[in-house]
Amino acid sequence: MAGSGRAHMRPDGADKILNVEDLTVEFKIARDKIVKAVSGISFDVLRGETLAIVGESGCGKSTTGKAILQLPRPTSGSVEFMGTELTKLKGNDLREIRPKMQMIFQDPISSLDPRLPVKDVVAEPLKVWNKGTAAEIDAQVNALLESVNLDPAVVRDRRAYEFSGGQCQRISIARSLALDPTLIICDEPVSALDVSVQAQILNLLQDMKDRYGLTLIFVSHDLAVVKTVSTRVMVMYLGKVCEVATPESLYEKPRHHYTSALVQAVPIPDPKHRVSRALLEGEPPSPLNPPSGCRFRTRCPAATDRCAAEEPQLQEVSPGHYVACHHPVA
Amino acid sequence: MSLVKVSDLSVSFTTERGELRAVRNVSLSLNAGESLGIVGESGSGKTVMSRAIMGLLPRTATRTGSVEYDGQELVGKPTKELRELWGTGMSMIFQDPMTALNPVRRIGTQVEESLRVRLGMDKKAARSRAQELLELVRIPDAKQTLRKYPYQLSGGMRQRIMIAIAISCNPKMLFADEPTTALDVTVQAQVLNIIDELRQDLNMTMILVTHDLGVVAGHTDRIGVMYAGQLVELAPTTELFANMKMPYTEALLKSIPRLETPTGSRLPVIEGRMPDPTKDEPGCPFASRCPYATDKCRAEAPPFVEGTPGHFYRCWFPLGGAQ
Repeated sequence: MAGSGRAHMRPDGADKILNVEDLTVEFKIARDKIVKAVSGISFDVLRGETLAIVGESGCGKSTTGKAILQLPRPTSGSVEFMGTELTKLKGNDLREIRPKMQMIFQDPISSLDPRLPVKDVVAEPLKVWNKGTAAEIDAQVNALLESVNLDPAVVRDRRAYEFSGGQCQRISIARSLALDPTLIICDEPVSALDVSVQAQILNLLQDMKDRYGLTLIFVSHDLAVVKTVSTRVMVMYLGKVCEVATPESLYEKPRHHYTSALVQAVPIPDPKHRVSRALLEGEPPSPLNPPSGCRFRTRCPAATDRCAAEEPQLQEVSPGHYVACHHPVA
Repeated sequence: MSLVKVSDLSVSFTTERGELRAVRNVSLSLNAGESLGIVGESGSGKTVMSRAIMGLLPRTATRTGSVEYDGQELVGKPTKELRELWGTGMSMIFQDPMTALNPVRRIGTQVEESLRVRLGMDKKAARSRAQELLELVRIPDAKQTLRKYPYQLSGGMRQRIMIAIAISCNPKMLFADEPTTALDVTVQAQVLNIIDELRQDLNMTMILVTHDLGVVAGHTDRIGVMYAGQLVELAPTTELFANMKMPYTEALLKSIPRLETPTGSRLPVIEGRMPDPTKDEPGCPFASRCPYATDKCRAEAPPFVEGTPGHFYRCWFPLGGAQ
């Protein structure tokens, strides 16, 4: 699993919102124990694109999303957002740029203050940034609630705990839109929701994207969800990038053995579908002590000695489809 | 020969807003060795229904109707006698492996507990049986794992421990309440396969509760769909998918994002929400969200009818017409 490869990066002239290079995030958990959550990955996001970051728990996908926002700051590497290098920004300069990047969290209920009425939850960013008089902010809050299909008259004075998960996620989306952001990072925004509600929120995100001209980063472990919303997918494993492609190309012909296993593990609502028994065994190794060479080799059916010795680099296998594997799936 | 026979089971809770009717007149029976999936959205009553069969309900709940297990009537039985059945007769795998295990007790102690209390094993026998159980659910290093605490294990490993505990006293009947919802898709596949194999090897009857039609499709013999506390469709798994009768079941299936869904397409959604469980409104509970609803649906509740043998549904205008 390389990730150190740059073959998938678009040229400098492209309309990039975000350019991340050699991003490394490490957490020190004891004097001599360092968790390598993200190990030197590079990627870019064009204006209007939806980049999905996919992988299992612990692959570093959420950490990557947060590191873009400098929450916390990455250990090393560069994060360039709309031409500004974020890792060098401090104090007020960083604060000034933050409204342009918003985040929607996984658990909609616990990410909203249970004691605040909805109108204050949505108004908070506007108040912090002094975006107008009380009356203007009030009107803005109503418009935002309407845009996420909530009736302001009904919901304004109620509190987060009175709402279902899907409604809370709508409120979170309204809040994230308040400051007119350019980039929204959605961290598993629908994984806590029922399938029927999931579809509503996915459709809403798509609408908001079109309406406000947003660029999205969509972090998820669910490949089927990612397929419907993304324009580019990046598969991660143990802090590295395995494969980058358009969703059509990725699902039709996954070239990395890890992606292939992920695709096969998706449950299909059809009793005639035979579940393949050649499933991925075991669990990812500890990020405290990742395997040498390709990090997936300990679970990979095609691993050879070369995989232990040499880290594969991302390379283009078909137009727009990049894989970091010495022995890609045929 | 049916192992469990549920007739007219209802569960209600007394709340500030009034009587909340979570489960409404559910009847079904399960043969020994059969696997039944119960599907529905949050709040459909699927979890309360499965707990009501076992008798695992809080004091605020009122349970009426009948649950016959292996010839005994369970409704009205004192908890003390029900306890004798839990673990050895019926057992449950809970949804959240993070909170269902005691965080300050070693895995070994927790797996051995039921072996010692229920089966009266001594310490040594329980320890070796616990190790076997962990091997059965394919935990590597079973011996070392027994010495660990839950926080030292991943979600998938903890869920395997939950399974090991649930099957430790050789139950005849296993309830699995969203056993894989908290897990990654690859781990979900592993855990479902383990449950499948154990069920066949130990000849267990199972009720698998989930909101994911994809999960039940590959792992059950029959499926029951719940909506607003009622069973609205019940059929053999292949029959249900080939020939679904309830518009609700169809809507649920359509709203699932699939790998074949074209990128950027809009997913069909079920507009509106489930009726308030504290109110009793006339008509079909799905009428307000159903694209095919007519005045009749809004006025009169449809009965639960058997269209073709073994295929029950609750709809005035079933898909594909009545048979």
